[in-house]
Formats: sequence, structure tokens, C-alpha cells
Amino acid sequence: MKRVAIVGYAQHPILKNAGALNEVELIMPVVHQLFNDLGISQQDIDFTCSGSCDYLQGAAFAFVEGLSAIQTNPPIKESHVEMDAAWAMYESMLKIQMGDAETALIYGFGKSSPGDLDAIISLQMDPYYISPLWPDRVSLAALQARVLLDQNVITSEQMLASVIEARANSKNNKNALITDLIDESVYLKNAMVSSPLNKLDCPPISDGSSAMIIASEEKAYEFTDHPIWIEGIDHRIESSNLGSRNLATSNTLQASMNQLNLKNIKFDVAELHTQFSHELPFLKSLLNLQDVPTNLSGGPLVGNVMMCAGLDAIGKTYESLKDNQFTHGLAHATSGPCLQHNMLVHLEAQK
Amino acid sequence: MIQAGVIGVGQTKYDAKRRDVSMAGLVREAIDNAMLAANLEWDAIDAVILGKAPDMFEGVIMPELYLADAIGAVGKPVLRVHTAGSVGGSTAVIAASHVCSGQFKTVLTVTFEKQSESNATWALSPRYPYSPHINAGAGGYFAPFIREYIRRYEAPEHIGWKVAAKDRQNALKNPLAHLHIPGIDEKMVSDTPMLWEPLRYLESCPSSDGACAMVITAQDQVGSRNVAWIKGMAVRSEGTLSAGRDEVNPQAGIDCAKDIYNQAGIHNPFNEIDCAEIYVPFSWYEPMWLENLGFCDLGEGWKLTDKDATAIDGELPFNMSGGVLSSNPIGASGMIRFGEAALQVMGLAEDHQVEDAKVAMGHAYGGAAQFFAMWIVSSSLD
Amino acid sequence: MSAEDTPKDYSESPINLEYFYTAGSATTRFLNQVKEGNIVGQGCPKCKAVYVPPRGSCPRCGVATDIEVPLTDKGCIESFTVVHIPIPGNPIVPPYVCAMIRLDGANISFLHLIQDVEIENIRIGMRIQAVWKPKEEWTHSLENIKWFAPIDEPDVDVATLRFEES
Repeated sequence: MKRVAIVGYAQHPILKNAGALNEVELIMPVVHQLFNDLGISQQDIDFTCSGSCDYLQGAAFAFVEGLSAIQTNPPIKESHVEMDAAWAMYESMLKIQMGDAETALIYGFGKSSPGDLDAIISLQMDPYYISPLWPDRVSLAALQARVLLDQNVITSEQMLASVIEARANSKNNKNALITDLIDESVYLKNAMVSSPLNKLDCPPISDGSSAMIIASEEKAYEFTDHPIWIEGIDHRIESSNLGSRNLATSNTLQASMNQLNLKNIKFDVAELHTQFSHELPFLKSLLNLQDVPTNLSGGPLVGNVMMCAGLDAIGKTYESLKDNQFTHGLAHATSGPCLQHNMLVHLEAQK
Repeated sequence: MIQAGVIGVGQTKYDAKRRDVSMAGLVREAIDNAMLAANLEWDAIDAVILGKAPDMFEGVIMPELYLADAIGAVGKPVLRVHTAGSVGGSTAVIAASHVCSGQFKTVLTVTFEKQSESNATWALSPRYPYSPHINAGAGGYFAPFIREYIRRYEAPEHIGWKVAAKDRQNALKNPLAHLHIPGIDEKMVSDTPMLWEPLRYLESCPSSDGACAMVITAQDQVGSRNVAWIKGMAVRSEGTLSAGRDEVNPQAGIDCAKDIYNQAGIHNPFNEIDCAEIYVPFSWYEPMWLENLGFCDLGEGWKLTDKDATAIDGELPFNMSGGVLSSNPIGASGMIRFGEAALQVMGLAEDHQVEDAKVAMGHAYGGAAQFFAMWIVSSSLD
Repeated sequence: MSAEDTPKDYSESPINLEYFYTAGSATTRFLNQVKEGNIVGQGCPKCKAVYVPPRGSCPRCGVATDIEVPLTDKGCIESFTVVHIPIPGNPIVPPYVCAMIRLDGANISFLHLIQDVEIENIRIGMRIQAVWKPKEEWTHSLENIKWFAPIDEPDVDVATLRFEES
């Protein structure tokens, strides 16, 4: 299998409301930053792929607008997933592995501020039985949190710790939206949104964008002496029927761990796309990361740009390996209610 | 590169309203037909690639989540593609890329649209502030480009009627087609009301419910199956509002076609391609794409149409299945082109089979004629 | 069995979502000028192409269009269609003409209406000028222009409109 490496990643500062910026104005700065960092242009990119969601901004072709940020003269090899941009990276990796590209630009963008995210995301559910009830995303997450608490998979103290640590870790992340520190008393003063999740257990409404460049082994060394390799990647989806899933575990994540043979790898760092406080201790336990520094960027609780946050977990892991001279990193991206669709990415710096 | 081929194509009956099935039932109908055609068990499927046009057409966001069970994806990787009208084609290309990457042996890909469950016109024309609300649908958008084509090359108006009649006559040979119009001819087309001048009612595509699925596998998995080998595939995009862009003859279409011809070793597409399923949602796009895709010189496309070169028994049959003009479940329309091209070289196109078709082309376009996906399939690997 | 007794094979489940729509900074600059009756395109610093209305970028070059280029409200019809069906939510009565308007000095066109002329006299290349609403009705929208109407100037060969980088 052809090896593929990440050679660059850029993230827009996460905003509470990017109202003054349209899609083009959100995307262009991160793409240009990457090009400048690497001293390249769109002409050096063989394949471009983006991730976005029309419904976030209420336009049927949001990604078409976004494409205007990219130089498309001459026309480019380009595609789009209506998914988190982590899956745009996945598609781009396949293009490199099949030999159709040596380099790929990935970008994701999302503005959750213009609409009612709770209402919008409930349209992800079964349109005949579930969506007409308008279940909001926090309530769906709370179902899983309750199961995890009741089955002693996690504790409420761990949920509290997730929130406090996320804010403490935001100091490592110049793009974080939430940076104020809190203690237990502040946490407990917040009203429940959907029990057992209070406001601070939930991610902030966020706007932003991010971009990444990946390359084949031959090309990667032209960009950097220290590429970060995508050593393993696997993603799988669970049933849409919450009643048929065991929410206290994740069969698909376990399958992905086996597929990637993660048991024997000592990870130095992990970034998980854990949008709610209970998901962090749950996945740390499931993925055997108890002793691994996790979400040093603060993770989604300090900034959660829809359609980017998964790519950001990969990007932040990449940065961590690069900046700290770590060897092994694990990134996780997710989609759907109650961690329905999960991707694991094993990144490795070269020795 | 790993060689991939199509070993099963499955389609639904296309209709204005498929109220007999849910969205899940609709995609499953196409998938079951594709799996039967491929003669495969579910265990053989390593990943599922789903494509459709905007989520607003059905009001379901990221439908791969809701459809995970119906598309047989539970426990497997699933990818959701959205590249506007070209999505059916680009989804096929991405599915094949899964196999060609070496990561997957066999994948299932499915595309659909169930426009009857929502209001597609609303989805396409929400009223945004700040700009005049004069969006008159896709036909209103493409009609000025068509008028400019007619002006440039002095094409006579009956060309559009001819294409519309020819594709609907082909549809009568395809039991799955949405529109079956007995006795359809140029006169009948020219008698229908004008919608967006120069386009008349019957020169425009319908709005359909439907799904199309394919099973794509690696060469070493084919066994004794009938296979359509993918000899070339490509996508190209260009920005919507880009200075210097020629909407009548988009560079992205020219480049994409050249790419697949190169991959497939085709030097003279008119002579070397036996038949093609080309995305023609409005009649005039047949001559326009004949030129854009390099089948003839600029200004010669309408003349080829006029002398019946694109008829099912012509030199270069176009849209033997009836094309987008006869069935248009938008998200699936591109994949139907790719799948029908495969059926032709597999010799499975039944009543609309082109005799002795060995090499066929599938084509899709979308957005403001700015997104393109194409492939060449062949009955032989050589 | 009466129609009312026939079992329904569908039910309606309306989706109403409200969005707080924002224009973006390039469009805001443009619309602030439109509010005053001015049309100011935005130019690409690299290829010099002029965009109106601007979206903030030049897709030819992938850079921000940060040069303000004042234009007049005159131009020509790059192409057009006569629409014979109503627009959902728009009171306009068919048939009406929707045209690709290319303002003088601009390198892309935009859709707007053509009126004050017999439809059969409209041609590609015809010279036109904006017909504005009364000033007191001006807002942040190209709807300040009611439509475009022909002016007495010689037709333009639209082949010459194609942008070529100098």
C-alpha cells in the first residue's frame, strides 16, 4: 500500500459568529496559509476535496459557493463530501493510493451560527419515525450519557473533569473559542440542558474552517523533512436504529481498533472528536487511552466547527506529533447521533 | 494501478412519485437488483459509497446515517458524496477509487433522489435577501447558454425537438424509464408550450424518484462474471463565477474528456466509442456536449444530431436508455449514465442494446455546467 | 368508499428552519454602495478581472478581489431567455425576459430582468441600462434596479466580451 503523509494543516480561529465572513472568506485564509507555509500554489495540488453541510447555512449548494475560494483555472480534479472534512481527507488518501494524485488539498467549513443547530441536526434521523419528533442533538447525546453513567462505564466526576480539563487545555490552542477556566462550583451552577448534560457538557456553537495537505511518500519529502504518516486509518458506521445499538460500547470502534492493530501501539497523544463531556472518558476507556494525553487542544468542548471538527482532531494530532517530537498519535472523527459513525487515524512521525 | 470493473448494475423503476416505497425502500430496490446481478453475498461488500444531490431535496441531512441499515453499511465504511448534478458520476468514480486504491476488494455504490418527498423547486430557489428573486429553476439558468450556442453556430430550432423526441423514443425501449410517451415525435415536442425560450416543455427533463446502484470489484475478484472494465475515469471542476469561463463549452468538460480518452488509449472518440450515455437534461445539451467532449469540431454537434448520428442505430448512439430527458432522479441521474454504459458493454441492455457495443462512455455534469465526471467502460481488458 | 375514507399513503411533516443570513464582507462592501445607487465591482489584484456582483474572490486566481472598481449602470445582454412560467414567490407575470447582464468594464455577468421593450426585439449583444426604483426605496439589494431597458447604442459583438488575461 502506498504511504501517505500529512504535510500541512491550518485552522481558522474558531468564531462564535463569523457573520462578517462568507464561505469564500472563511476558506481562503486557511488555504493561503498552507500554500504560503509550504511555498506552493493550487498548481501543485493534484486533487482537492472538501467537506461541508448545506443545511448549516440553509443553501442547497453551499460547497459550490465555497469552491470559489480555490483557483480553478485551469479546472481542477475536485470532489466534495457532505460529511466532516475528515472523510474528505479519507477520499483524498484513496486518490493518492490509486496513483491518481501525488498531493491533495482538503478543506472543511461550517457556520452553525446562522441557524438553529438543534433543529437542523434532528433532520439526520429517520424521516418517517424520528425526525418528526424533532429530537435535538443534546437530548440524543444525553441518552448515551445516561446509559454510560447507569452502567458505570463512566462517572459524573469524569464528565466534570472533561469540562475543566478542556478549558485548561485551551491555552495550547490559539484558535480555541472557549478559553475561560472554571471550577466545580461554576460547573454545578449551570442548568441542565438535557439531563445528565448541562450547558458546559455541550460544545459551543462555532463557525470556522480548516485545511490540510497530504502527499505521497515521494512528494512528502519535497515539502518537509518531517512528514507525519497516516500509518493506519479505518472508519465504520453503526445502525441508525438507536434501539438496536448497545450505547455502552461501540462495536465499530472495536472493529476498527482490531483492523488497525492498535493494541500494541503506545500512543503519545490522542485527539478525539468528543463533542460532549461524557464521550471523552467513554472513548478513552474504549480505546485504551487512559494514560495517554488526550485532547491537549481542548477538543470540541472549546470549539466545535461542524464539518471541520473531525479534520481538526487529525490536524491537532499532526501538530502535536510535529511540535513535540512524539512518535505515535491517534485521532478520531465522528458523525451522527451517539457516535454512530467513527473514524480512527493512526499517525506516526518517522523515527 | 489496480484494474476495477462493474459486475452488477441495479436500478429502480423511475417515476414521478414512488409512494410505494420509503427512501430506504427505494435505495434497497436498486441495491438488491445490483447484488443479484453481481451474484454476491453481503459479506463480499467491503464498503458502501452513497451519493445524492442536495439534502434539501428530501429534508434528510447526511442520509447515510439514516440509511446505514438499508444500504447494508452497518459495521462497514460508508462515504457520502455530493457534487451537485454530477454526483451520480462522481460517486461512481469515488467508488471505483476505493477499489483502485488497493484498500478494498469489492464495493457497493448507490445514488438516489426521492424528489416527491419534498419540494425541489423550493430547495433550489430559497429566497435569499439582497438579490433579486428571479431564479426560474434550472431551465431558466441554462436557457441563456443554449441561446448563445444557437447564435454562435446558427443552429436551426428543430435540433432541440429532434433530441427530445429521439431520447423519448429510446425510453419506450426501456421499461424502467419514467416517461413513456406513445407516438412521441418532433411535432409533438414542438407543439408543447414554451417554458424557458428556446426550451419547450418536452425539451426539459422530468423530476423523478429513483435509485441506481452498482457493484464494483477488483480484477482478481471477478471470476467468471460478466464485467464492464473501467478503462478511464476522471472528474473536473471549475468555479461558478469565474472571469473568462465559457459556459457554452466549459474547459472542465474538455479537460475531463481528454483525461479519460488518454487513460483508455482513445485517439478518435467518435470512431472508437461505440455508444454513450451523456447527461442531457435539456435537449440542446446533446449537440453542445458532442462538441465539448471532442466527438466533433465546434459548431458541428448539431449537424451530427441532425443527420441521426446519435440515434440508437446511428454512428454514435447517445442515451439509448432514454437519458435524463426520460428519467431524472437528480442524485442518481449521473450514475444511471455510468451504469447504462456498463450494461451496454456487458450486453445486458436488452431492448435498448446497441449491437456489438464494446466501448461505452458515461458522463455527468452539474452546478452551473462546472462539475464533470466521466468514465469509459469496455467489454475487454486489452 | 369516499375519497375521505381512502387510506392516505403519505402524511405531511413540514420543516421550518429560520436562518440569520449574512452577506459576507465583500458583498457587504458592494451592497453598501448599491444602497447609494452606485455599482462598484471588485477587481482581482493578479489577473485584473472585475467581478460584479462580487463574492470576494477571483476563482481564476484563487485570491481575494480587494480592488474597488466603480462601474456605470450600462452594459449589454450577453444572453437571455424568455420565461413563460411564474417564479415561486414572485408576482412577475409571464412571459418575461431574464438576461445575463454584462456591465461595461465587468468580466462576469449576472441575471436580471429586461423590460420596456417588445420581447421579440431583444437580442444578444443589445445595449441596456439599469432602470432604478425611486431613491427613497433604495435598500441593500440589487432589487434597487427594477430591470434593465434597451438604450440607443450599437449592439456589441459578445465574442469580444470574453475575458483574456493581458
